[in-house]
Amino acid sequence: MADKPRKLPQEVFAPWEDPEAKPLIQFRNVTKRFGEFTAIDDLTLDIYEREFFALLGPSGCGKTTMMRMLAGFEAPTEGQILLDGQNIAPVPPNLRPVNMMFQSYALFPHLSIWDNIAFGLKRDKLPKDKIAARVEEMLRLTRLEKFARRKPHQISGGQRQRVALARSLAKAPKLLLLDEPLGALDRKLREDTQFELMDIQEKTGTTFVIVTHDQEEAMTVASRIAVMNHGKIVQVDTPARIYEAPANAYVADFIGDVNLIEGTATRTGEDRCSVRFAEAADPITAECTADLSDGIAVTYAIRPEKILVTADRPADRANALEGQIIDIGYLGNISTYHVELPGGQMIKAAMTNSTRLDRRDFTWDDRVWLSWRETAGVVLTE
Amino acid sequence: MRRVSWFNLTSLTFGFAFLYLPMVVLVVYSFNSNKLVTVWAGFSTKWYGELFRNEAFLDAAWVTLRVALLSSTMATVLGTMAAYVLVRGGKFFGRTLFSGTLYAPLVMPDVILGLSLLLLFISIGLDRGMVTIVLAHTTFAMSYVAVVVSSRLVSFDRALEEAALDLGCTPLDAFRSVTLPIIAPAVISGWLLGFTLSLDDLVIASFTSGPSSTTLPIKIFSAVRLGVSPEINALSSILIGIVTVGVLTFSISSKRAIMKRMREENRAET
Repeated sequence: MADKPRKLPQEVFAPWEDPEAKPLIQFRNVTKRFGEFTAIDDLTLDIYEREFFALLGPSGCGKTTMMRMLAGFEAPTEGQILLDGQNIAPVPPNLRPVNMMFQSYALFPHLSIWDNIAFGLKRDKLPKDKIAARVEEMLRLTRLEKFARRKPHQISGGQRQRVALARSLAKAPKLLLLDEPLGALDRKLREDTQFELMDIQEKTGTTFVIVTHDQEEAMTVASRIAVMNHGKIVQVDTPARIYEAPANAYVADFIGDVNLIEGTATRTGEDRCSVRFAEAADPITAECTADLSDGIAVTYAIRPEKILVTADRPADRANALEGQIIDIGYLGNISTYHVELPGGQMIKAAMTNSTRLDRRDFTWDDRVWLSWRETAGVVLTE
Repeated sequence: MRRVSWFNLTSLTFGFAFLYLPMVVLVVYSFNSNKLVTVWAGFSTKWYGELFRNEAFLDAAWVTLRVALLSSTMATVLGTMAAYVLVRGGKFFGRTLFSGTLYAPLVMPDVILGLSLLLLFISIGLDRGMVTIVLAHTTFAMSYVAVVVSSRLVSFDRALEEAALDLGCTPLDAFRSVTLPIIAPAVISGWLLGFTLSLDDLVIASFTSGPSSTTLPIKIFSAVRLGVSPEINALSSILIGIVTVGVLTFSISSKRAIMKRMREENRAET
């Protein structure tokens, strides 16, 4: 043990928990209307320096409008957006220390890769050698040295994506906006690029704001995620908390797979309650917050992977319900079981196929026990 | 080799004959040594020589060329500006009226356009000459340029302009360094269209020209009224030659560019 280098305790990056920290971007009661349509509805949000912040939501939720307001292509109808404490409403896009990577990449087709990356630097009237040095640095960062002299149509989609990133990073902006940056890439390339993006963000120390409708992408790259719907932010939190402690049924359902069980809650202890969802089935025991009143209608949310499927009733689990397998989905790494509980409630349970040819002992119409701990699910009142 | 079917071959022959036989006859007779156009008397190039000694024709050709260059250039600038406003301007007061009046010269009979311009020039006391022909040609060529350029702008990815702004361009800079280079082929086509329209316009030019400035089409038309001379045949043959060379060059070079681009794209994806 002694000759092994000890890992230094790393400071956790969480400026949003520090009341002293000054946010880089502040949305203050921002509303944006397009005619009758309200795209952003009285929204307040702080984003901190060096964050990788994801705006996540279905199309039409207002996430792109927020990004366009940061870039300067749209102005808020009401409210203020502050960057470093300064209201940026009167600043035109070309004078903002903000750069954007466009969904379509928007590479200039008539310029070479080199000139595309140099485009912004040339506008700043920098000396030629400085421009060249910076472009070379960006080419190295995005591993594009070989393609500098090519035109955008002479390189592949993945390479174009990296050119777009290099071009938007070249001016070393305080804030980089990424509009669905990986949408046009195929799945494998997308996953690799996500890690590359995180790596580049860490190296450059730039604040990234990414817009995406892909929840896996947001979970992978972001330090915090804002889940949006109908021009409002539903929840802002770290990926882990968004997944494990969703604020309401909308967030729980939007991120990942979930069982949502409607029922009524009854307090049974200090921080315990039981959720009754069907006459024929035992109530679920769960953790719940102190301000929950008895008899209130709630939604109990539990992720499929938290549920254990067994042939016999396990002794040590707080919740155990018997049901019948209706459907089995074999995905290779996991198998999903659709189990019907007494009273008709369907439950999805996912089991990891950790050994080859394992778990094949259940088949359609088998009666099985589903079990989970008290802390495995959450009680939602919204 | 695929065999061309009987039916296709026939329709092709008739189609081309219908289009080009008159021109072939014209070119053949331009090498006729006889002064009578319709009677063949042997091969000769003397009418070409006569033509280049004819001051009146050369003057008219020079006027026509200058008018076409000036008016198509002015029309390209104005037409591109108009197209930009129409496509990018969003909703502004009078937009429908503006687009309507811009496209009106496309469907307006040339006679009416020529007459109205003539009345205008007389009422403001502008002497008819090269200036008035240039103004008249600019007026209608501008509409054609606007149509060509605006159809290109509609399919232009707006994100490119936004990217330019985002990287520090003023709106004017963005237009100059990004929009214009990309839409250049459409602007050039518009210019070429205006140039050819101006070259072969007879009606509007005859309303707006003065005694000091006669364009080639007017000259040819008035010469033909006194009887077709072999010189006119020679002149027309030269014009046909210029147009053929121009069209072939343009289409071959653009076809080459497309092939080159496709090859490069294929290589990029693999």
